[in-house]
Amino acid sequence: MTDLPLTLPVRRRRSSASYRLERRLKKGALMVAVGLVLVYTLFPYYWAIVSSTKQGAALYRDTFLPALDFTYYRALFENTVFLGSLVNSAFVATSTTALSLILGISAAYALGRIDFPQRRGVLLAILMISIFPQVVVLSGMFELINWLGLYNRPSALVVTYLLATVPFTTWILTTFIREFPRELEEAAIIDGCSHFRILTKILLPLMGPSLASTGILAFILAWNEFLFALTFILTDENRTVPVAIGLMGGNSRYEYPFAQIMAASVTVTLPLIILVLIFQRRIVAGLTAGAVKG
Amino acid sequence: MASVELKSVSKSYGGNTVIRGVDLAIRDGEFVVFVGPSGCGKSTLLRLIAGLIPVSGGEIAIGGEAVTDVPASKRGIAFVFQSYALYPHMTVARNIGFALETLGLRRDAIRAKVAEVAKLLKVDHLLTRRPRELSGGQRQRVAIGRALVRKPEVFLFDEPLSNLDSDLRMEMRIEIARLHDDIGTTMIYVTHDQAEAMTLADRIVVLNHGVIEQVGTPQELYHTPKSRFVAGFVGSPRMNFAPVTTTGGAPDWSLAGPGGLALAVSVTGNRSAPATIGVRPEALSLVAPEAGRLSGTLERLEDLGHEHFAYVRVAPETVFVVRVPVRPTIARDTRVGLAFRDEDLFLFDEAGLRLDHAASHERAAAASIEERAA
Repeated sequence: MTDLPLTLPVRRRRSSASYRLERRLKKGALMVAVGLVLVYTLFPYYWAIVSSTKQGAALYRDTFLPALDFTYYRALFENTVFLGSLVNSAFVATSTTALSLILGISAAYALGRIDFPQRRGVLLAILMISIFPQVVVLSGMFELINWLGLYNRPSALVVTYLLATVPFTTWILTTFIREFPRELEEAAIIDGCSHFRILTKILLPLMGPSLASTGILAFILAWNEFLFALTFILTDENRTVPVAIGLMGGNSRYEYPFAQIMAASVTVTLPLIILVLIFQRRIVAGLTAGAVKG
Repeated sequence: MASVELKSVSKSYGGNTVIRGVDLAIRDGEFVVFVGPSGCGKSTLLRLIAGLIPVSGGEIAIGGEAVTDVPASKRGIAFVFQSYALYPHMTVARNIGFALETLGLRRDAIRAKVAEVAKLLKVDHLLTRRPRELSGGQRQRVAIGRALVRKPEVFLFDEPLSNLDSDLRMEMRIEIARLHDDIGTTMIYVTHDQAEAMTLADRIVVLNHGVIEQVGTPQELYHTPKSRFVAGFVGSPRMNFAPVTTTGGAPDWSLAGPGGLALAVSVTGNRSAPATIGVRPEALSLVAPEAGRLSGTLERLEDLGHEHFAYVRVAPETVFVVRVPVRPTIARDTRVGLAFRDEDLFLFDEAGLRLDHAASHERAAAASIEERAA
């Protein structure tokens, strides 16, 4: 045997303790990074809570601790217009969610499972609709709302929000139905099920997670929408909360009711947070459903 | 119970033809197994019979009645899927009874039938569980139960055991055979597993590129395959093939092949010249280099305990597998000879069709006599 001309560099293994230290440092760095992200995302909401409990001039001092003065919250719940707008918002968001889920499921089942030649075109059209900016459709929508006689009614908002929510619910649910094992459906066909029975007895019970996640997204969208809500509603008693908050006035025209607005914002965000926490597990399950074969 | 008849059934997707004019008659109560390489269309053919996909041409009859355009649920068939396809959100009892529920039967009638079927399949203690809490074998039983409860005239199985581990597969194979003996329903079974096909089938249908290559009993396919394709497909390990060159003229040919192979054969019936020879691993034996019909170098020995496989390289690109019952005491890289009897030699022509030769005839006749006796 002749010596090989090339010798591999010998890599010395470091001591066990140094690897342990390295691992701990990495873990620490990850924690710091997570902390930064959390602060970045949660601080605005925290600041809203802090501000909403401050009075007058205290607002302009950089205190990071809440003053725990709930005057504005009390005022808020004595304000019938605001309470009315909360009811309006709940009605609009719930109806929008329910309608878009019903429409979305029916469309998704057809698009995901039934073969027809125009399927690709329809899917593309749906995607196109969902990329229109709101401002573009605003004037057309206004005409439509007038024509339907829905101007200044909360139901006008339900109709218009469907434009935004149906495309993405359909799109997400189509993906889910496509990934749904075909054999399960064939089994149901052999068991004598109609399309409708397959949908209600087999697909829907198994679609819980994805329904929850798309439903929540639709609800959030409808709850937070501002532009349509501002345009199609004229009177205070028919407004939804985002507009109600936006149009909140102070005691004089020179006073900006910062704390009241913050209190109202915190109040209307709470239902969303509660909703997301309730469905949190299902949403995560929905987002990853079908990723790995169970 | 019913017969199944296919008349020039074909299926194409776009321009892609998957099934080309299949004719097949399955008798009442028969157990027929479809085999073939993946993509040969065996599952498609099963789905066509089930009515899960529509035919592009041809006719299907079940029990003498045309069902070509009858929906799947009205054909009197039951289907057992490869993935079991149990409804994950329903209990075992509801899974089994779902078809009856859809039919609108009364609840106590459903319960009675489900209990009966569950008892037969030994899943009666699992009725309140959900599919994910069951083992693979139990799931398969429930899937069979779901098929059984509809009292089908024809049972269709689509590779039902391929998701099970080998022990369980053997156990379930025996149970399916017993089920067929008990209820005597016509069964059509798709598999790629040799052992399942050979042990379960009354008749095997070998499919290749959407065409039936051969239909016959397991013994017929093993002893008298129609073509090189069938010969290579039936039997495990597969038949050894080697190309040969011929001199002479029909019907007597002199063959020369790899490993010093030199044979004189007399082809009967067909006039075409042999192009390939085939010998099954179990028909070969290891002998001294000069005593064999052909010779080569022993490359590898596999010891499976009850049997041994020797891999002998007879030509740079040809390796013959030899099945030996006793572990040979031969070192690797030794030259060995391979011997076989005349009647174990298969000849195939250029087109891959098997040619009968003088010796093969006797054996074929003997096989068919044995069969008749059995």
